[in-house]
Parts: sequence; C-alpha cells; structure tokens
Amino acid sequence: MYRYDEFDRRLVDERVEQFRRQVKRRLDGELSEDQFKPLRLLNGLYLQLHAYMLRIAIPYGCLSAIQLRKLAHIGRRYDKGYGHFTTRQNLQFHWIKLEETPDILAELAEVEMHGIQTSGNSFRNTTTDQYAGAAADELEDPRSYCEIIRQWSTLHPEFSFLPRKFKIAVTTTPHDRAAVKVHDIGLRMLRNEAGENGFEVMVGGGLGRTPFVGKVIRDFLPKQHLLSYLEAILRVYNQLGRRDNLFKARIKILVQQTGTEKFAKLVEEEWEQIKDGALQLPREEIERIASYFAPPSYEELDAQVPEFEAKIAENPDFQTWVKTNVFPHKQPGYAIANLSLKPVGGTPGDMSSEQMDAVADLADLYSFGEIRVSHRQNLVLPYVKRADLYSLWEQLSPLGLATPNIGLTSDIICCPGLDYCGLATARSIPIAEEISERFDDLDRLHEIGEVEIKISGCINACGHHHVGHIGILGLDKAGEEFYQLTLGGAADEDASLGKVVGPGFSGDEIVDAVETVLDTYVSIRDEGERFIETFRRVGMAPFKEGLYPK
Amino acid sequence: MALIVEGKLVEDRWIALGDEAPLPGGDPIIVSLARWRTERDELVGRGGPLGIRLHSDESPAQIADDLKHFELVALEFPAFRDGRAYSYARLLRERYGFGGEVRAVGDVLLEQLLFMHRCGFNAFEISSEHPVDDWVTATSEIGVWYQPTGDGRETIMAMRRARG
Ligand code: SF4
Repeated sequence: MYRYDEFDRRLVDERVEQFRRQVKRRLDGELSEDQFKPLRLLNGLYLQLHAYMLRIAIPYGCLSAIQLRKLAHIGRRYDKGYGHFTTRQNLQFHWIKLEETPDILAELAEVEMHGIQTSGNSFRNTTTDQYAGAAADELEDPRSYCEIIRQWSTLHPEFSFLPRKFKIAVTTTPHDRAAVKVHDIGLRMLRNEAGENGFEVMVGGGLGRTPFVGKVIRDFLPKQHLLSYLEAILRVYNQLGRRDNLFKARIKILVQQTGTEKFAKLVEEEWEQIKDGALQLPREEIERIASYFAPPSYEELDAQVPEFEAKIAENPDFQTWVKTNVFPHKQPGYAIANLSLKPVGGTPGDMSSEQMDAVADLADLYSFGEIRVSHRQNLVLPYVKRADLYSLWEQLSPLGLATPNIGLTSDIICCPGLDYCGLATARSIPIAEEISERFDDLDRLHEIGEVEIKISGCINACGHHHVGHIGILGLDKAGEEFYQLTLGGAADEDASLGKVVGPGFSGDEIVDAVETVLDTYVSIRDEGERFIETFRRVGMAPFKEGLYPK
Repeated sequence: MALIVEGKLVEDRWIALGDEAPLPGGDPIIVSLARWRTERDELVGRGGPLGIRLHSDESPAQIADDLKHFELVALEFPAFRDGRAYSYARLLRERYGFGGEVRAVGDVLLEQLLFMHRCGFNAFEISSEHPVDDWVTATSEIGVWYQPTGDGRETIMAMRRARG
C-alpha cells in the first residue's frame, strides 16, 4: 500500500489545522453559512436533510486494517455506530456534528486519511479495480497510476474550481471492473505492438441527467506522458466547459457540443505545448511509486489445496459462498475474497463499527492487513490463502458478511435517496431492501445468476441506474414516489445505457416489476446465458409484454 | 478594497477606465478588451502605462501578440467558483512569458490566494480588514504542493529527489 512520507503528511496536517480555524470562525459567527459552505465542501462536509455528512476519501478503494479500525472508531465516537460505503469507493458518515469535524479530520490524518476533494467542483477520488494487485489478468498494478494521479490532482492550483466535479477511473485489465467508460476520464491500459504499456484515453463518459458513454480521444498514450495529457484535457475543460448552467457543466456536455474529434484536437494542441515539460514522469518516479505496491510476502504454495477442496465437498453453504464470493488470484494457492455488504433486508453499503473492527482483524489474520472497497459497495480481502478461506467464511457468517450474493440480484448498488439526501425525489434504500427480501432464497438467486440492479433516488444518478442491467430511478409525480425501470445498461468494457421500458411503477409495484423482468428472463434465456446477454439478443419486447399485459 | 502586490499592501496607482470615459494624459489606465480593440492606436500612441482587464470568457490567447503593450493584465473572477482565470494566468506566465503585473479582481476569496499565486497572479484586490496578515496566513497555511507550475516553488517531487 502507499504510505505517506513527510511531505504527504505535512499537507494533510496543515489542511486539518486550516479547517479547524475555518470551523472556529464559523462557530464564532465570523463566517456566514454562505461564506463557509465552499470551505467545508472542500473538505468533504455536506449539510444534508438531518445532519452534516462527512465523506472520507479512500484513495482508489485501498484501506489498511489500521485505517478501517479508525473508521470504526469514528463511527462509534462521532456517529451512530455505522458508516456507508459509496460507489466512489469512499465512506460517508451521515450524522456528524460540525463542531466535531476538526477532531475527526485530525484523527483521520493520524492514519493518513482525509476528506479533501470528496466534494466540490474539482477532482474526486480516482477509482480503480477492487482486485488491483491480485487479479490474474492485469497488465500492471493500476494503483501506481492512481497514486500518481492522486498526488497530481490533490489541491491542484489551476483546477480546484472547475465547472463541475471531475472523476477519473483507471483499469489495467481487459475485463473492466472500474466502469471507466462512464467517467469524465477513463484510462484503460493496453500493450502496443512494441510491447510497451500505455493508456487508451476516454473522455466525456458519465451518468446524471444526460448520460454518455465515454469517447476515445487517444488510442495510446505512453506512460511518461500521463500527467501532461491529463493536464491538457483539464486545461481545455477548465477554459471551455460551460459555467452558465450547472446541468450542462460536466465535460461530457463540452465533448458532445464540441464534437469528439474537435475536442481531441484541442487537447492534442495543448498537450504538444506541455508534453516535454515538468510533468513528464521519469521511469524512476513510476518505479518509486510502484514499489509501494510491491506484492506482499506470499508463501510459495501449491495451486491445489486439498483441505480446501474437501471443505467445499462437505459443506454446501461454503461451496455456494466460494462460487459467488471468491475470485481467482494471480498467486498460486491464494484467492480474492469478497465480503458482501448486501445482506437480506439491509442497506447496501452500510457497515457497523463492530463489523469494521472485525474485518480489520480478519484482514490482519488472513490478508496482509489490506482491505479494498469496490464501486459496487462491497469489501474485498485481496490476499487470502485458499487454505484459510474456510476459517474466514466461518468467521464472516456470524458477522453478517458472508451473504453469497456477489454479482447476483441482491447485490444492488443503491444511493442514499430520500432517507438522507436533500436532492432526492424518492426513496431508494427501502426498494433495495425489499428486492433483497423478495429474492432471499439462495437457490433462486443462483438460478437467476449474474445480474446488476442499480437504484438512484433522483435524476443525478449516484446509484448508476443508467448502467444497471436493471436500472431503477425514483421520481416524484404529484407528491407520490414512482419508479422508472430501465433495462440493458452495462458499465464494463461493453458499456451501454439502459433504455426505459415503459410507464413507471408505484412504490408498491416496482419490486413486482423487477420480479416479472427476472422471471421473463429465466423463461426465455438460452443455456448459460446471462441476463444482459439475453437482453441483447431479444431486446425489449418480451420484457414489455410481461410487464404491461394487454 | 485593499490591493496586495508581491505580498505588500500598496496604493492602487491604476485607473480602471470605463469604456466611455475620456482618455487621461499619461496616468496608468486599465481598459477593457473591447476598448483595446476599438481604440488600439490611440491607446498605444498615448504613451502612458497601459493595463487590460479580461472577463472570465476572454482568454489571453486573444491578446497574446499584443502583450508587449501592457504592463498589467487584470483577470476577472465574476464569482469565486469561476476558475477559468487560473488557466489564463498560467498561460500568460508560462506560455506567453508575460512579466508584468497579473492582478486578480472580482470575487477573490482569501482561501484562493495561494492557488492564484501558484498560477502566476502577483496582485490581488481583496476585501479584508487586515490584508497583509490575511495574505500571510493564506499563503503559508499550506506549505507543500505536488504540482509544478511556473511560480518556481519547489514541488514535493523535487524535494523528494533532493532528499534522495
Ligand atoms: S441520486 Fe439523487 S437521491 Fe441519490 S444520492 Fe444522488 S442526488 Fe441524492
């Protein structure tokens, strides 16, 4: 994992003291809420429906056991004993007191964490594959590049007041688990004919009220130019992005209105001027950062682990969990274990302080003290010996963290919605809870197989509903919540936007509608076909017939 | 309104000239881009110190070839959220090599002074009762930075290299 050196630490410590003074001025009445708002937003502090919400950055989803314990402590001491993991691989606390925030940030700084740029119109947390460093199919560990981007994008003097927030995602595998095509900038590592690694650069993807899949503006960017190229994109956007209308301010609108080719040309022209300047990344610098992400000290193990195979054979529950929640590892004898934060009837992404402490201990025991957060709001232990999986599973079960549903119907991405969020037009959490209750039968869940349901409580689409295989958008019609259903979205390398299936459903009907869609799929699918594949083969018609019988 | 130039509180010797106002003799004046365009010859011929004020939708690229005529470029922040002028300032300094005064005017928050200074602004119109103290606080609260800009401050990467 990356560790702060004295410079990183100094920056975060100074930032905490700066914010402490600002909070004091606010509490003393020297600053009005209007004047204070931009300052608190620069530190991740939002004012929501019932209380302040503090969003804490988890850089590219990597957490140490020590950090997770600190989050547990903060949840207990300053909140109601739990936190909420977001689709940006961050963590939010929803019940925070303003006067305590400086102390919280100081405590976070002790473990190299902060809330800088988790809100406001600047760079947000750069995200990546939750299996980084462990996935068998990665070209390189994406975390080095995420860390390089993190440093460059932290308190950037030129780009701290962009037209709108800005999100970057990086993937280095052919199968994209980081949804790079629906980011302001998506970076996908490829190898060219000369055998060198570089990045395909996509811009202008994003969700919200006008969703777009990102457009490729450069097929291959040599690694040493990563930062200068990003700076060129941002400089074009900072000058030309729309500032007259909040809803048209994201880079996707600029790219769309300018045209991809012309936009690419503007970027290339800017880049020509700066590419050989101070932002060039010397190979030694890339290697220096990469050394922080060196593999942990694996044991030399056999790929075959008889005691693990035996446990699978004798315990069907364990077998089920392994089937959905365990992912192959690049190191023989090791596995990646997913911890589901989607228990039946629970709030997707919520985690109690007790669970956090327990997972921190398990990470120390079984995963070199490392934990990952996925954009699908689950946790990952990235380095578990296959021989330890059974004990891990046994300990996760009583914690409620062994639900065997990763990638299945009840593994729902869901935004906070009307239960917390001031912008919401409908509730989203109760819908997610109801779906997971409806599909609580494991046999049925596994029978249906892989499907991604994503729920947003308003058109801002924080729950990524456009790119759910099944998307649900909560709206308000004359004071009544109603839900629009979309089908066929995907966020991976075959990214596509879902289409609205027809008239919306009331809160009482929407879960039935989801069930109808899934039943229809099961009745018409070909052998071994996933939901999204069936949808792409047959289109909307059969689902429509099921949903709106004549 | 107080004016800080190079970290010091100074009297503003420049006159912000309205587009209709008659040209004064040799006094330092700041004109709009529109006026520069229509009265270029008179302004150059006048002989006195000349500055130009650019709105946030007026890129200095439009005056890149004229910069030799100006001792001052004022970049406007119509609202603190409008961050275009950060890029403009860097272009002025780093691309066009402008060596005169680059002044931040408009909605300039104390918390933004360091960012502005890093981008190449060296003059700031701020509303403050203790402008010098505020300037010192604003530019010393954070003392390390990752990004290389034209301001010459040593970046973290350079400090790491020096440390070995
Ligand atoms: S999608 Fe809407 S309701 Fe949900 S968190 Fe975002 S803004 Fe709030």
